[in-house]
Amino acid sequence: MTAQTAAAPVKKDPEKPAAGERRWWQLDSTEGLWRNLALVAVLAILIITGIITKPELYSDGTWVRNNIFTILELASVIGVVTVGMTFVIIGGGIDLSVGAIIALAGVWSTTLATQDYGAGGMIFCALAVGIGVGVVNGILISYGRLVAFIATLAMLVAARGLAAQISGKQTQVSTSDFINGIAANDFLGVPVLVYILAAVVAAGWVLLNRTTFGRRTVAVGGNVEAARLAGINVKRHTLLLYALSGLCCGIAAVMLTSQANSAQAAMANLYELDAIAAAIIGGTLLSGGRGTIIGSLLGVLVFSTITNLFAINNLSTEVQNMVKGGIIVLAVLIQQIQFKAVTQFFAKNSKITTS
Amino acid sequence: MTETTEDQSAEVVLRLTDVVKTFPGVRALDGVQLEVRAGEVHCLLGQNGAGKSTLIKVLAGVHRPDEGQIEWLGQEFAPANPQAAMRAGIATIYQELDLVEDLSVAENAFLGHEPRVFGFVRRGYMARHTREILGKLGHAEIPPRRLVRSLPAAGKQVVSMARALSHDARLIIMDEPSAVLAHDEVANLFRIIRGLTAHGIAVIYISHRLEEIREIGDRVTVLKDGRTTAANLPARTTPTRDLVSRMTGRTIEYVFPEPAPEVSGAEELLRVEGLTRSGEFADISLTVHSGEIVGIAGLVGSGRSELLETIFGARRSEAGSVRMAGKHLRPGSVSAAVRAGLGMAPEERKSQALLLGEPIYRNVTLSTFSEYSRVGFTNVGREVQEANRIADRLDLRPRDVRRAVRTLSGGNQQKVVVGRWLLGDTKLLLLDEPTRGVDVGARAELYRVIRDLAAQGVGVLLVSSEVPEVLGLADRVLVMREGRVVREAPAGELDEETVLDLVMAGSLQVEEVTI
Repeated sequence: MTAQTAAAPVKKDPEKPAAGERRWWQLDSTEGLWRNLALVAVLAILIITGIITKPELYSDGTWVRNNIFTILELASVIGVVTVGMTFVIIGGGIDLSVGAIIALAGVWSTTLATQDYGAGGMIFCALAVGIGVGVVNGILISYGRLVAFIATLAMLVAARGLAAQISGKQTQVSTSDFINGIAANDFLGVPVLVYILAAVVAAGWVLLNRTTFGRRTVAVGGNVEAARLAGINVKRHTLLLYALSGLCCGIAAVMLTSQANSAQAAMANLYELDAIAAAIIGGTLLSGGRGTIIGSLLGVLVFSTITNLFAINNLSTEVQNMVKGGIIVLAVLIQQIQFKAVTQFFAKNSKITTS
Repeated sequence: MTETTEDQSAEVVLRLTDVVKTFPGVRALDGVQLEVRAGEVHCLLGQNGAGKSTLIKVLAGVHRPDEGQIEWLGQEFAPANPQAAMRAGIATIYQELDLVEDLSVAENAFLGHEPRVFGFVRRGYMARHTREILGKLGHAEIPPRRLVRSLPAAGKQVVSMARALSHDARLIIMDEPSAVLAHDEVANLFRIIRGLTAHGIAVIYISHRLEEIREIGDRVTVLKDGRTTAANLPARTTPTRDLVSRMTGRTIEYVFPEPAPEVSGAEELLRVEGLTRSGEFADISLTVHSGEIVGIAGLVGSGRSELLETIFGARRSEAGSVRMAGKHLRPGSVSAAVRAGLGMAPEERKSQALLLGEPIYRNVTLSTFSEYSRVGFTNVGREVQEANRIADRLDLRPRDVRRAVRTLSGGNQQKVVVGRWLLGDTKLLLLDEPTRGVDVGARAELYRVIRDLAAQGVGVLLVSSEVPEVLGLADRVLVMREGRVVREAPAGELDEETVLDLVMAGSLQVEEVTI
């Protein structure tokens, strides 16, 4: 499914008249497309490596199907967080507190008092805590004029502290069958977690590419002064971006609680780094103004595929982390080379740029 | 053409002959002659765009000339980079001082050539040497280990000069050094300059203030349109009228469309009363009527850009009021100004107005895309359509509105910014240096666009440091100097020399009386 999403915009009709109307799914810029193609190539290389190293597993059709779902499930929680993170980074900020927000939302929604309200109450609590913490981040950054890095770093420490305080450093078991069933159940043969990821990615794509919110995000991140002088309310928008990131964390908290059937203050540790790395690999500019949801999703998938590749080959996580670090550098390097070559090519062939 | 006066006693250290430097679309230097002697203060005079900045950059090793000879200390001079120019003994002190705020005075003075022993900086030696240099500059009281951040503007300038001396510079170029200084600090600057020249160091001094040139200068070279129009005039005795007349009368760049017939009884759009921001401008009052172009002439630092930004709400006024069509505008709120029908094309197009990587249509609709949206969903089709309409109206080239703005020329980028406000219901346009970085042909087009807008009833408040532009385009002109309006008159009643003189605080009026 994801491979198709990535490939859909690639199908460009060369006979389409220049500067004509575009279909709703088509992107306005082809830049992101080439970056994403590079990521698809990386993904393909990883899968081929898997086939070469474990041909006996890949010859089994059911195993392959299950393994794809394993990879997607692995990507689902971090994928949801990365969508929120992508918005924040495109908007010119950074959110280091995502892991801590997940922990706080997870712990808060699994307290005995909250669990009394049932699954609905727990989900509402997780989302509300996520948005609430995001709004606090946003207020500190936009109206308190704190640097995003510092404000969210402080929130990282404080939110985890609060989570530990609430839980009394204990693991809180979820007794809700509905919550626990989210991660355990399939729908039409596809895990429910994958549906959630797909829904969040789709919503994120529409929000970024088709709404005024997305347009403002790119404007604020691309040139904050220009956005301000064009009459855009930069402060309110910045606040909303962190609230959105918080909402994604709330969703991720429910998913993660469901996977473990419990929540604790140490959950979602270092998720902020995974999410930032995935967004960067996906072509999101750390200084803001540029990035794609599909790219970020591919970034997450590259990471989960590596993890899966190492798992089926019984290799240690230490080796895995070293390779991951290398992949981050490599992916960004490949994109730079690609991007330069493509822009030079376009500069020489203005016909193509206008098509 | 070249007038040579004064005695020929002192040794000539720098001689430029027929130097030419071309940039795409503009001949920035078009045959410059310059002769600087050891121990003299040589003043460079010229309007904005006359080529002074380019000339400095050629001497500082930033640009390489296309044609002509530069002779430095009797040898051909072609520095590969600014460091090479520094090593050769030519130091440049730019208007915006290039100091590292969080390093000490000594570290700044020796930045890039710190005295070293086995890779370790000799801090003690460096501090001693800096103290020595500061003493030579008459500022022994500045502690070499103090952070530059904590120094006042005048102190920072002394550090810049200390850096020049740490290189054993024999020629120091100063680009409007007095612009950042208070009045009493200028006297101190002159004392330092006299000390330098007494040691045989030559100084190229650039300033718009004629009285300073009279006081400190030995000889004056005047530039116009990248050419030397007068060389080596005696700084103290040449009449102001002669100097000004050699700077003015530029014609090629300015092709103005015919002014629209005057509309009588036009309604008042903007009324500014007693607007003040301390340190920037004080007690400014002005009005702009519908269909009127009001020009503000003034130098960089006269408070004109700050005034425009304050009217637009990008800066918060401290006193005074801004009224648009009779209604008060909330101070410090850009969105209130935009809602009231104001639009602004800021001075720094690229950093303040454009999303360079984004397509043209998105830049054009940056302040209006919400209006075309339905329940938060953007309507790209409509936006492209509207952008195309604007592109037709402004004759944007290339016409494809899906191109990135980055690929456009300066003039077309400016059209995108102006076009943004045409889309909305903008009644008053604030234009800050609309033709900066725009080549000659595109200028004429922009002038036509601005005139057309006024003819359609849009009020325009235009700021420019190019006097002919203000005079040729505006119906009414305000001259600003040091944060105040010093003259207001219909454009027809002013000429370039008068305005230039007011802007530079010269003494043309006084002389006229005495003659």
